[in-house]
Amino acid sequence: MSAGWIFIIVCTVSLTWAALCLAYDRRPRLLRPITAITVVGIWASATWTLIRRFTEGLGAVTGMNDAAPWGLWIGTDVFAGVALAAGGFVIAATVHIFRIERFEPILRPTILTAFLGYVLVAIALFIDIGRPLSWWHPLVMWQEHSIMFEVTWCVILYSTVLAIETSPVVLERLGLTKLLKLVKITTIPVVIAGVILSTMHQSSLGSLYLIVPGKLYGLWYSPLLPVFFLISAVAGGMCVIIVESFFSAKILKRSLESSLMVDLGRAASVILYLYLAVKFADLAVRGTWSLMLEPNLQGGLFLLEMLGGVALPAILLSFRRVRMLPRGLLAASLLVMAGVVLNRMNVSWFGMSVNEQLNYIPTWMEIALSLGFITFGTIAFLLAVRYLPVFPKTEGEPSNEPSFWVLTK
Amino acid sequence: MNKIQHTTELNAFNRRRFLQGLIGGTGLSVISPVGLRADSHTSAHTEAPSVLVDVTRCIGCRQCMRACKNANDLPDDTELSEGFPSSWDHQELRFDQWTVVNPVTGCNGDGYEVTRNVKMQCMQCLEPTCVSVCPVGALTKSELGPILYNADRCIGCRYCIMACPFDIPKFEWNSGMSPVVGKCQFCTRKRLAEGRLPACVESCPTGALKFGRREALLFEAHSRIKSHPDRYINHVYGEREAGGTAWLYMSDVPFENLGFKSDLETAPLPTLTWEVLSKIPIVAAAMAGLFGTVAWSLNRQEKDE
Repeated sequence: MSAGWIFIIVCTVSLTWAALCLAYDRRPRLLRPITAITVVGIWASATWTLIRRFTEGLGAVTGMNDAAPWGLWIGTDVFAGVALAAGGFVIAATVHIFRIERFEPILRPTILTAFLGYVLVAIALFIDIGRPLSWWHPLVMWQEHSIMFEVTWCVILYSTVLAIETSPVVLERLGLTKLLKLVKITTIPVVIAGVILSTMHQSSLGSLYLIVPGKLYGLWYSPLLPVFFLISAVAGGMCVIIVESFFSAKILKRSLESSLMVDLGRAASVILYLYLAVKFADLAVRGTWSLMLEPNLQGGLFLLEMLGGVALPAILLSFRRVRMLPRGLLAASLLVMAGVVLNRMNVSWFGMSVNEQLNYIPTWMEIALSLGFITFGTIAFLLAVRYLPVFPKTEGEPSNEPSFWVLTK
Repeated sequence: MNKIQHTTELNAFNRRRFLQGLIGGTGLSVISPVGLRADSHTSAHTEAPSVLVDVTRCIGCRQCMRACKNANDLPDDTELSEGFPSSWDHQELRFDQWTVVNPVTGCNGDGYEVTRNVKMQCMQCLEPTCVSVCPVGALTKSELGPILYNADRCIGCRYCIMACPFDIPKFEWNSGMSPVVGKCQFCTRKRLAEGRLPACVESCPTGALKFGRREALLFEAHSRIKSHPDRYINHVYGEREAGGTAWLYMSDVPFENLGFKSDLETAPLPTLTWEVLSKIPIVAAAMAGLFGTVAWSLNRQEKDE
């Protein structure tokens, strides 16, 4: 058992090291082979996990139990994954509805990121539901009183919207101009549908927990849960765009769309301040603010989430000097992303546990599959960027040397 | 003596009407779940087939556990199958064990530690949370009350397990592709349809379990409390908890000291999500109008320029 955990720690350290090397423009010779071996190792263990999950059941590979029926795959992979893919609808609305066309250059990579994110979320859900072959039941067996029913429909419809929004990239590459024209005509209604669907299901993921007032810790349970999930997803989604642009600029040796990133950082900061204000107003109105000073696990995690994942990056991003610094912007954005992930973990895991008695400990295999999702998504993105017209051609100098990062070659 | 008393209760239930409702209910409920709204059927609430558990009368023989397993074709533990249980190990509800009786030690009203035997099973809420959260209608409330599970619809999302205020539904964690959710279904399909009592009630040798209409049982519970205020605490558990349940408990030890959940809301939980869900069409339409207008006007402005 502990061998699995050592493997997970080694993989995490290796991936973090690779990211740091990229961020600091260091490219030691061993970087590529070590990263490749790590990814192959992760995918092998993820495959092993999947085989056992589909033969021996969820109990054989996960730490889930009747007291914690939703584990890491739902609470973190799906909830945080959906939240961090929110950049797609934010930028689509900015460009196509509000006509702020400066953001056009980052539209395609953002939509692509969101699309890949939703594909991974769909795969994660397929793996996590107990009876995967019945996944289509919500489509024909309606039960409109269930938030889960609404979320399922919205996620399926929004994935379709994202597929349509991503399709021009593929159609352009294949030279299907007629179809491309057809897609372009439908752009605005499709984008509007996407914004509505996103607003609905981002908030509804929070609404899933409205039904458990007696189980979810008072610092997180609130009638405003849907509002908090939506606001944090918007801020998190913006910061994902910053992080993704930073690394694709490093890997593809392009110039960073720095003015857009600086604006995104400032917008994220405003949204984070809004989140803080609503959050503390809510705690004050419900009289639960004193819970955060309780010296227990939940109180500590709440402070960590609020100070480290919301307040600190909000302050950092409101300084122009930090925003103008690529690595400063990156660090603050990573804090926001971590804050969103921690929030979803707090709601789905720590907040549902009674004090220090954690109702669930994930297994190394659950983490292996989660790392598998992250690496798979990253590599799919890089391959798409390499072979499809995702980034505008005019910006940056195209390098002839084979892309440093493409591991499959 | 007890068996006779129960049968008379059941007769008094007006059997024909009960059966008609039940058969109609199970048939209908597969198509459309009924009774999710708080105001939908108060008469069904008073008529609901219910069980009154008198904790002071339970001797912990676990005959009901055995009867439940036999009646529902669940695997029988060897420990439970031969006469009285050989040990008094703590038993947990499982997907294939729908009721348990455990000795629980807690402080009574006078501050003395006492041990009571507590039976647990699905409480059969009048406004069931599990039914409202199930995205596919695998859990349905039959017209007269009991909540039924249909594995053919279930997708295994486990939202019912997460949402149940009493932590009752359990999951089959060690099945690869077709796990089921397990919980007490009040012997509705087999026994009640034939006019027989739930297996646990029938097997109870001490009269700790009493079957009847909910209203009648509540009346009985309160009159027992009134005639023996020294023997019972003045609280019928299940009368108001989570909007009311068909299983009702009376006890001489405060319920929170016996491990019952004491901090439950008295309003039915499904309204918490319905308040949000019912507003979605309006919000979606408003957003469509707003964004449509913005996009259209900005687009035209651009063209004019």
